[in-house]
Amino acid sequence: MRKEFRESINTAIHNPNLTGALGRFSEAYRVSREKAYEGIDFEAVRTQIAERKGYAASHLDELAERFAQQAEARGAKVFRTDDPAKVRQYILDLAQQNGVQCIVKSKSMASEEIHLNPFLEKAGIEVRETDLGEWIIQLAGQTPSHMVMPAIHMTKEEVADVFSEQVEAGQTPDIPKLVKFARGKLRTKFLEAGMGITGANIAVAETGSLVIITNEGNARLVTTLPKIHVAIVGIEKLMSDFDDVVPVLTALPRSATAQLLTSYVSIISGPVPNTDGSPKQLHIILMDNRRTEMSHDPKFKQALQCIRCASCLNVCPVFRLVGGHVFGKIYTGGIGTILTAWFDALKSSDEIQSLCIQCGNCTQVCPGKIDIPGLILELRRRLAVEKGQTFAQKAIFSVVNNRRLFHSMLRTASLAQKPLQRNGFIRHLPFFLSDMTEFRSLPAIADVPLRDKFKQVQQPKQKEKAAFYAGCLIDFAYPEMGLAVVKILNKAGIEVLFPEGQTCCGAPARFSGAYEVAAQNASDNIKALLEHNVDTVISACPTCTVALKHDFIANFESLGQTGAVPRARELAAKVVDFSTLVKKLVDEGRLTFKEGQQLGKVTYHDSCHLKRTLNVSQQPRELLSKAGYKISEMYEADMCCGMGGSYSLKLPEISAPILERKLTNIKETGAQMVVMDCPGCVMQIRGGMDKDGARIKVEHTAQRLVDQLK
Amino acid sequence: MASIFETFKQRAEAVSAEVHRFPRKRAALNFIVQRLQEAGVANSPQSYAVWADCPFLEGINKELLVDRVPGLSFEVTRERAAASKVGISQLDWAMANTGSLVQDACPVDRRLVSTLPNIHIAIVETDRLLPDMPAVFSRVRPEQTNYISFITGPSRTADIERVLTIGVHGPEKLVIVFVDDTAKVN
Repeated sequence: MRKEFRESINTAIHNPNLTGALGRFSEAYRVSREKAYEGIDFEAVRTQIAERKGYAASHLDELAERFAQQAEARGAKVFRTDDPAKVRQYILDLAQQNGVQCIVKSKSMASEEIHLNPFLEKAGIEVRETDLGEWIIQLAGQTPSHMVMPAIHMTKEEVADVFSEQVEAGQTPDIPKLVKFARGKLRTKFLEAGMGITGANIAVAETGSLVIITNEGNARLVTTLPKIHVAIVGIEKLMSDFDDVVPVLTALPRSATAQLLTSYVSIISGPVPNTDGSPKQLHIILMDNRRTEMSHDPKFKQALQCIRCASCLNVCPVFRLVGGHVFGKIYTGGIGTILTAWFDALKSSDEIQSLCIQCGNCTQVCPGKIDIPGLILELRRRLAVEKGQTFAQKAIFSVVNNRRLFHSMLRTASLAQKPLQRNGFIRHLPFFLSDMTEFRSLPAIADVPLRDKFKQVQQPKQKEKAAFYAGCLIDFAYPEMGLAVVKILNKAGIEVLFPEGQTCCGAPARFSGAYEVAAQNASDNIKALLEHNVDTVISACPTCTVALKHDFIANFESLGQTGAVPRARELAAKVVDFSTLVKKLVDEGRLTFKEGQQLGKVTYHDSCHLKRTLNVSQQPRELLSKAGYKISEMYEADMCCGMGGSYSLKLPEISAPILERKLTNIKETGAQMVVMDCPGCVMQIRGGMDKDGARIKVEHTAQRLVDQLK
Repeated sequence: MASIFETFKQRAEAVSAEVHRFPRKRAALNFIVQRLQEAGVANSPQSYAVWADCPFLEGINKELLVDRVPGLSFEVTRERAAASKVGISQLDWAMANTGSLVQDACPVDRRLVSTLPNIHIAIVETDRLLPDMPAVFSRVRPEQTNYISFITGPSRTADIERVLTIGVHGPEKLVIVFVDDTAKVN
C-alpha cells in the first residue's frame, strides 16, 4: 500500500466536515430509504431489474443495433464506438462544425469517465456543468466524491468561497442564496449555449428512447434550449423493452435519494422542435469502453446490472468514513471500485479494493442484485495472480498451509507473549506491530489450545455424534467458547468429536485473494471433517461456517478444481452454525432452559457473515430471551464492528473509528453485556472495551447459554 | 375517484406541490387569474406570464383574460418565457402513487412554460388521474411522442450540505389545478 494512499485515508478520516456529513447522511438514509420503499416489494423489484439488466448484458450487441435502428428511424444520429478518444473527437467536431462556443451539460458520469471537459476546454470551448453539485466541483477544480451527491464533502462556507473566487465576489454561506445565485448564473449559460450534453439513465432498444432523470430540472433545459443535444450513453444503460423502464424508475429514485420519483423524468425518443421551430439535432453516442468485454466475463458481467443509484456507498461503513476521493476520480465506493478496475485499469483498483471490509451491507440494498463484495474479492484474486503476493504474505500463507508448523508457531507465541500479557489481553506491542494494539487490546494466545483441552473433557458416550470445527480464534485464543459448545451439545445427548486434522478455514487467504492457499486449507479441512462420518459439523464462528458452507465450493469452482466440488458439497450439507443448531435442539425439546431466570439486560451484535450470508439473526436473540435475558437493541446492531479478519491489521485507521461507533452504540443501550456469535467480533469489541475502560462484558452466545440450560 | 385523488394530493404535497381542485372550469380560471395577480404578473420584463396553448383554453376569450391580467401572453417564445414569472400549461395525466404529472412535452412551448418561469401552474382534468406508472404507460408511449415529461413537485436540490432547497433551475413553485368538469366555461 503506497504512503500516498494511506495519507489520503488519514486526511479523509480527519476531515470532520466530510465524516460528519457522510455519517449523518448514512444514518438518515437508512430510515428514509426504508420509508420510500413502503408498500413496494423490494425483492420483487430488484429481481425484475437484475433479470432485465442481466438479459441486456447478455445481448448488448443486439440491443445496441436495435436501439440505433429505432433512434435513427426517428431522426436521431447514432454513433457507436468502443474508443473514448473517438467519443471526444466526435463531440469536438460536431461543436466546431456548428460554431458552438458554449456547451451546457447535465450530469453524465460517462463523460467524466472519458475526461471530456478538459478535452473540449483545451480546444477553446466553454463547458458548463449545470447540476449544482457538479458545477461547484467544476469551479473548485475537484472531482465528485459521491456518484449522486458530488459535492457532499464541501461545506456551505467552502461553496461560498468557491463562488466568490471563481464567479463573483461577495457570496455568503447562506444555502438558499447560494442556490439562487447558481440559478441566475447558469440560466445565462443555458440560454447562450449552442450544445447540450446529457447522459441517460436508461436507453430503450425497442423504441430508441433515452430516459433522463434529474431533480433540479437542468436536463430539461439542456435538452430544450440549445439547438444540438448530444447524449453520451454507456451501453450498459441499454434495456430491451420500454416496459423495462418501470422497475428501474421504481427503484432508482428510492434507492438513490429515498424519493418516490425524482422531480423530473424526461423520455426522449427522437428530435424535438427547437424554440425557433427548427428540428433539434439529436446525437446519441453509444459508448463501449470495455463494457462488451466485461459482458463476456462470467464473473463481472453482473456488474453491468448497476443502475448507478449509489446505495452501496450509502450503506458502506467504510465509505461513510473516507468518502469518495480516496477511491479515485470518477466512480466511487464498492461498485466504483469494480467499474474503475474495468473502465480504467485493473491495477487502478489495486489499493481501493483493499478498502472493502466484506461486511455485505451493500448486497442487501443493491437494486441490481450485484454481489459487490464477491466481485471485489475476485478483483483481489486477479490482482494477486497478476502481481504475485508479497514476500510477507507468501511467508504467512505458507505457514498457514502447514498445519503442524502453524500450530506449533501459535504455541510458541503463547509463551513468547508472556511478558506483554496481562489479564488475558495484550495491550501494547512494540515497534511496527503497535498499530495492532493502538485502538484495541488483543487477546492473549491461550496457554493450552482447545485441541489439547478437548482431550481432557469427559463426555458421556452417545450414539449421536457431531464434529466440532473450532477455527483458529476459538482453538487458540478462546478455547472456553469451544468448551461451552461441547457442554451444550452434551446436554442435548450429542457427543462431540474434534477432528485433529482441522486447520485454518482459509478465510484470511481468500480475503487476500490467495485462492490457492484457501483451496489447500479447504482440502485439508474436508478430509479431516468428513473422516468421522458424522451428520453434523458445528462451528461457533460465522466466518468459518461461511467458509465451510459456501467458500470451499466457490474456491474450487473459481480455480477450476471441479473434482473437489462434490466432497465440498457433502461437507457443506452437514455444516451448521451454533445458534441455528441450538435453536433447533430447543425447538425439538432436546434442550430446555431453566425456568424463571431473570438475567438482566443485554444487547446483541449481529456479525456480518451470520446476518447477511447465513441469514441468521433471530435465532440467537430468541435463545437469549428464553434463557432469561432482556434484549435491549442497539442502534445499527447489524453494522460491522470493523474487524473484518485481517482488515483490522491492514487498515487499523479505518477499523478503529468503525469500532468506536460500535462501542458507542453498545454503551448507549445501558446494557452491561453485549453478546454475539462470532469470536472475531468478540476479539475486536472486547479489545475495544478493554482499551476504552468501559466495564461492559463482551461474550459469545454459547458462553451465555451454557449455564442456563438444564 | 375520491381516494385516488387523496393519494395524489398527499403525495404531491409531500414534495412541496400545491394541489387545488375545482368542480367547474370557471372557478378554476378565476383561481388562476387570482394567482397570477397575487404573483405580481405585469406588463414588464421579468413579470410576464406565459400560457401554453391547451384544451382548457378552448372557449375562453383570451383578450378578455389579458385585460384582467396585463403581461399575460399566449405566444410562448424563448425570450418571453425567460422573462416570465409564471408559466401555465395543461398536463395530460396525473399519477397518484408518486404525486406526479405527465405530459406529451414535444411542443416546445409546453416545456418552456414549465421550465423557465419561477412558478408553474399546471392544469389537469380530474378524470385524467391514474394510479401508477404502468397505467400511464398504457396511455402514452414513445411511439406517440418524442418527449414525455414527468413532473413531481418543484425543482429541488440537496447538493449543498444535503439541505433541501426548492427551485434550482426549474420552477420553485408548482401549483396543480384539477378541474372536474371542463365542458363549459359558465
